[in-house]
Amino acid sequence: MIKHLLSMDQLSKEDITKILDTAASLQQVTSRPIKKLPTLRGRTVCNLFYEASTRTRISFELAAKRLSADVINFSADSKSSVAKGESFKDTAWTLEAMGVDAIIVRHGSSGAPLQLSKWVEASVINAGDGAHEHPTQALLDLFSMREHLKDLEGLHVGIVGDITHSRVARSGVKGLVTMGAEVTLVGPPTLVPPQAEAWGAKISYSLDDVIGDLDICYLLRVQQERQAEQLFPSLREYAANWGLDAKRVARMKPDALVMHPGPMNRGVEIAADVSELPRAIILGQVANGLAVRMSLLYLMLGGSEDEVPAI
Amino acid sequence: MTTILTGGRVIDPSSGRDEILDVAIEDGVVTELAPNIRRSDADSLNVEGCVVSPGFVDMHTHLREPGREDEETIASASAAAAAGGFTAVCAMPNTDPVADNAAIVEKVWALGREAGLVEVIPAGALSKGLRGEKMADIGEMARSVARVRLFTDDGHGVQDSLFVRRVMEYLLAFDGIYAEHCEDAALAAGGQMHEGDRSASLGLRGVPAEAEELMAARDIALAKLTGCPLHLLHISTLGTVELVRRAKADGIAVTAEATPHHFSLTDAYLESFDPNGKVNPPLRAEADRVAIVAGLKDGTIDAIATDHAPHAIEEKDQEFEFAPPGLVGLETALALGITNLVDTGELTLTRLIELMSTAPARLLGLGDQGRIGSGSAANVTVFDPSEGWVVEPAAFNSHGRNTPFAGARLNGKVRHTFFRGVQTVRDGAVTVGARV
Repeated sequence: MIKHLLSMDQLSKEDITKILDTAASLQQVTSRPIKKLPTLRGRTVCNLFYEASTRTRISFELAAKRLSADVINFSADSKSSVAKGESFKDTAWTLEAMGVDAIIVRHGSSGAPLQLSKWVEASVINAGDGAHEHPTQALLDLFSMREHLKDLEGLHVGIVGDITHSRVARSGVKGLVTMGAEVTLVGPPTLVPPQAEAWGAKISYSLDDVIGDLDICYLLRVQQERQAEQLFPSLREYAANWGLDAKRVARMKPDALVMHPGPMNRGVEIAADVSELPRAIILGQVANGLAVRMSLLYLMLGGSEDEVPAI
Repeated sequence: MTTILTGGRVIDPSSGRDEILDVAIEDGVVTELAPNIRRSDADSLNVEGCVVSPGFVDMHTHLREPGREDEETIASASAAAAAGGFTAVCAMPNTDPVADNAAIVEKVWALGREAGLVEVIPAGALSKGLRGEKMADIGEMARSVARVRLFTDDGHGVQDSLFVRRVMEYLLAFDGIYAEHCEDAALAAGGQMHEGDRSASLGLRGVPAEAEELMAARDIALAKLTGCPLHLLHISTLGTVELVRRAKADGIAVTAEATPHHFSLTDAYLESFDPNGKVNPPLRAEADRVAIVAGLKDGTIDAIATDHAPHAIEEKDQEFEFAPPGLVGLETALALGITNLVDTGELTLTRLIELMSTAPARLLGLGDQGRIGSGSAANVTVFDPSEGWVVEPAAFNSHGRNTPFAGARLNGKVRHTFFRGVQTVRDGAVTVGARV
């Protein structure tokens, strides 16, 4: 298994399948009364979060604890520079000196996990860096898709919203293309970089044009500040053109899914009633995040691939 | 005291000379070029296998003094320049305080004289504080002992077109050159790297080529309107090369420089997220790099300039987004030129020397630089074009260590440098004033 997980580029179809299969067996643990495995006993995992993210941090923390690792949490301000407080590199060396085995890093600056991996001996897992990548989100999304639709090959996934600023989109496209799915990126032209065609995705500026053909409609969170930057005129106009409401859902295939990485802006990219439909598997994504992160920690820090945990 | 350089290949682009000759240096002057000069009283230095060239002239150097002496001083930058084969450097005015008045340019000039390793030629700011609003003391700087000719707000493009027009007109009275860092601030805002396939996939905000090209086009139009000579600093895009080519064909007084990093690297380097590859203007796409090389070849681009920009280690050793742009270039410029332009067959050695010495000396109006002939000032560089070496930042004379070329194997090594007849570099080591 890889030493660091920085980008979905590192994972082949076989790697992804192994991670998802392991997650599936580990998921059964979470339904037992005693939800803990001894695999990572004595190992130390650090959550190094330069951006607030309650759900991802808790998911990683719980995943590590369920595998009996010791967990420490370190939160800092992403805007910090050498002028104020400790530098990123000094923090990395401090954690290294304390002997942590893995660092899970969330950072507002693209490339920060890659830089970190050059400074430390510990394994580095990218928990989201700038607008670059968020590989564990992509993996848990693939897991959720597979859970409901079985085979990823040939699925048509629309990723809708602010592609330009989205690490979820970048990792998601890579994972989906690797697994043989077809991806269409949908949003206003100000938020969809034309270069995204080089990622193997198609581009559409009209959700109405593609909605009827999708197996999965994956909605991204729209940040309020994009409106301030004049990337679209108003949230109302955004919702009218690229939001998923009941009218658009009515045109979806019967078993097509609605997904969202959270947290949702109800009434903007997704209508409140749509978020509560059975086809909206958003909470399932969260639950699956735990299993996928356990799987990664298990494969990267724990046993060899031959000794899938005895459950 | 007479020194004879024996057996070297003398290349002087100003006269077209390219032959094996001995060169006699006496009292700061090249007194004789001839085969087999024999003098009983002279020191003889065997330079067989080496090129004897006029000393290099860098039109674009950040010496950081005054203000950031922790990053570089005029003395340490002078040592780096001499080690790189330079005998003159043009000091950019974005110091702290800004070189926007006679007192600062005279101080920089005097500190350069004190270091005594190269000629330090101060450039002056166009606007007070580089803010692009009020004219700097242009006439006072031009008339000062530093005799400033090149004026620029380098580091910033001047955004206000009316201000540009007025400054260009005013410069006519002082034989000044308007030099622009072409960057439309709004289009480039927040940019971390070249906008293209790679910025899109790396999730870093891009600076489009058009941010440079729009300003280059505006400045060319205003140079035509005013008649002021225009120099475009560190041009980096295919579009800018085409604009300059067209403007020259139209007879407009425009010149341009390009840096070694822009003809050597592309944005592919940034897959590493190494902040040492972060620079402004950014490393561009391969098509841009190829256009820069073509421009150097066909004369569209007049000079190679380093944009030497040292930064403190801790400033570069942080997240890509927070690291300041810039890289050091004085001690790798020649080798990058030889390795990436001459050894690849794109340029002749003569053209490379013209770009690094003769042409920038002429642009800056330096009569005693840029040529080597009987009676010329002895600003001379001796280099071995085929000697391979590995770039080790720790061995730089510059205090800056920020280079994307660390560990690169390059060809072309400076052996000796003479500044006004004094040997400033001997066998690759700075001799005068030692390492600073």
